[in-house]
Amino acid sequence: MTEYRRAYRPADRRLVGGVATGVAEHFGIPVLYVRLAFIVGTWFHGMGVIAYLLLWRFLPLRQPDLSPGLESATRRGLRTSGRPGAFEVFQTVALGAVGVGVMFMIQASGRGIAGSLFAPLLIGVVGLAVIWRQFDDAAWGRWMRQTKGFGFAMRVAAGAVLVISAGIYFLSQERGWSAIVDLASAVAVAGLGLLLILGPWITKLLGDLSEERRERVRSQERADVAAHLHDSVLQTLALLQKNAGDSAVVATLARRQERELRAWLYGNDEKPGDSLVAALRASAADVEDAHRVPVEVIAVGDAALDPDVAAIAKAAREAMINAAKHAQVDRIDVYAEADGRTVEVFVRDRGVGFDTDTIAEDRMGVRGSIIGRVERHGGTVTIRSSPGEGTEVALSVPVRTADPTPPDSTTERVPTEEVSP
Amino acid sequence: MTTLRVAIVDDHAMFRTGVRAEIDGPVDIVAEAEDVDSAVKVIAETTPDVVLLDVHMPGGGGLEVIRRLHLRHPDTKFLALSVSDAAEDVIGIIRAGARGYVTKNISGPELLDAISRVAQGDAVFSPRLAGFVLDAFAGTIEVAQVDEEIDRLTEREREVMRLIARGYAYKEVAKELFISIKTVETHVSSVLRKLQLSSRHELTRWANDRRLI
Repeated sequence: MTEYRRAYRPADRRLVGGVATGVAEHFGIPVLYVRLAFIVGTWFHGMGVIAYLLLWRFLPLRQPDLSPGLESATRRGLRTSGRPGAFEVFQTVALGAVGVGVMFMIQASGRGIAGSLFAPLLIGVVGLAVIWRQFDDAAWGRWMRQTKGFGFAMRVAAGAVLVISAGIYFLSQERGWSAIVDLASAVAVAGLGLLLILGPWITKLLGDLSEERRERVRSQERADVAAHLHDSVLQTLALLQKNAGDSAVVATLARRQERELRAWLYGNDEKPGDSLVAALRASAADVEDAHRVPVEVIAVGDAALDPDVAAIAKAAREAMINAAKHAQVDRIDVYAEADGRTVEVFVRDRGVGFDTDTIAEDRMGVRGSIIGRVERHGGTVTIRSSPGEGTEVALSVPVRTADPTPPDSTTERVPTEEVSP
Repeated sequence: MTTLRVAIVDDHAMFRTGVRAEIDGPVDIVAEAEDVDSAVKVIAETTPDVVLLDVHMPGGGGLEVIRRLHLRHPDTKFLALSVSDAAEDVIGIIRAGARGYVTKNISGPELLDAISRVAQGDAVFSPRLAGFVLDAFAGTIEVAQVDEEIDRLTEREREVMRLIARGYAYKEVAKELFISIKTVETHVSSVLRKLQLSSRHELTRWANDRRLI
């Protein structure tokens, strides 16, 4: 959590190198401003282009971290992912055209880069962009990383052509080697060629392979989960056949299997001890299994499971159990909201309801494990219910801002009694 | 009131049959389609009032269908229907122009209710969608530099969203806030409009960052 947020180039939404999109996302500003900055910067000794190329080289490319279900849907063309739209392409081309136009005006006014440098530099930059764009592509990336075989020969040839053309260009100027500027630019173009040849080793040194490594680990994990899920689906199907006569059991089994598959396909891997939302989801799943009532958990924001938050999570669990046991409903809604100052949880059913005045005497579960537990942690509990109208338990605790760092998950055993409802 | 004309677009034939069995009668099912191209074709031919649209489909998904039809057939309303509750797709299809989002385990009567609501030009927000909206627009009250009206929810809209997220039906929201159902519908439609028109970059990033069941 204290880790630095690292900038990266989003692989799925880039137009050229993804630098502008990545930078815009990192700083939370519209991408148009970033593109403008690069273009305006280019008018001053080409700084914009240099910055762009440097960032391109040093910001890692990142594939979108999609859940397995979405990734597969994207691959099979079942969904439209966030590719840049036609408008964005058009806008950027227009912007680029204006930028290039101004560049030429500056050139015409004689205040720009030396004429003999301008043309080769322009060609060099465009060429570099084209090559790097391919470089970024996974398949090409592998091709570019080859150090033997056909791909290697082709790449070396391309680099050599660049180096040689740089030489030919300057020799054809027939001004010899006197002009020191020309020498420098010759070296620059030759350097591009060398970079193309040596690129793979440089890339390796810069550790750009981390994406590939991450992908490998992830796919192994997924294979394990897939295998586990297949087993559990088979189990569920076997159980369904056995219990085909009992519709309540069938519904529960189907619901549990759905929950598991959904979590894997579209969710993120969280453990019950991680956070408020994870704890609530786990409780909801338990209640669903034990009492055969679907529990829908909606969460806005999340909070670390410190003792206060853990108390509210446990109280919410009791409220869910109460609703499942007594309300006689086919659905329970749980809504949690954490905004950094307070944590609120609402557990609602549309069931039989009860007279709230009677809970003082005969509902020890409610008094002890819901109201008492939350109030000990400085929170409040409001129970609204009336016969026939359903029940809503509203729980709220303030978040203590004393320690901004989330507490270690091992030190949060809550010293409250385990009241059974 | 005349019977509503509805099209079902989904790549699972079994699901189409199921929906047809559940809602045929109260509404008139005029077309079925199983991928983007055939959907665009039959919807253009039959011009239904409401299209029940699956989010994931061969040819680019429901988003692509809306993109290709929205401008030419502004009177056709789209109601997204999916098993996937992934935030990026829910927000994506709403921003493309769908007027509501429901999950496939919705009951027949609830689906009929949602269809008629969408046909009248109102929005259908499930508790989950309301949760997404609150999350996506979270914190904008405090952020002073967000001065665009379109980029934040009013206090009232926020209250309505919170109640919907807590599982309240529109009728119950109205009762709770002492306002008419019509006013609730107005608030929800206004939130939908903000969701569709807001260019908040946070919204895009939020949807991209968030992976949720």
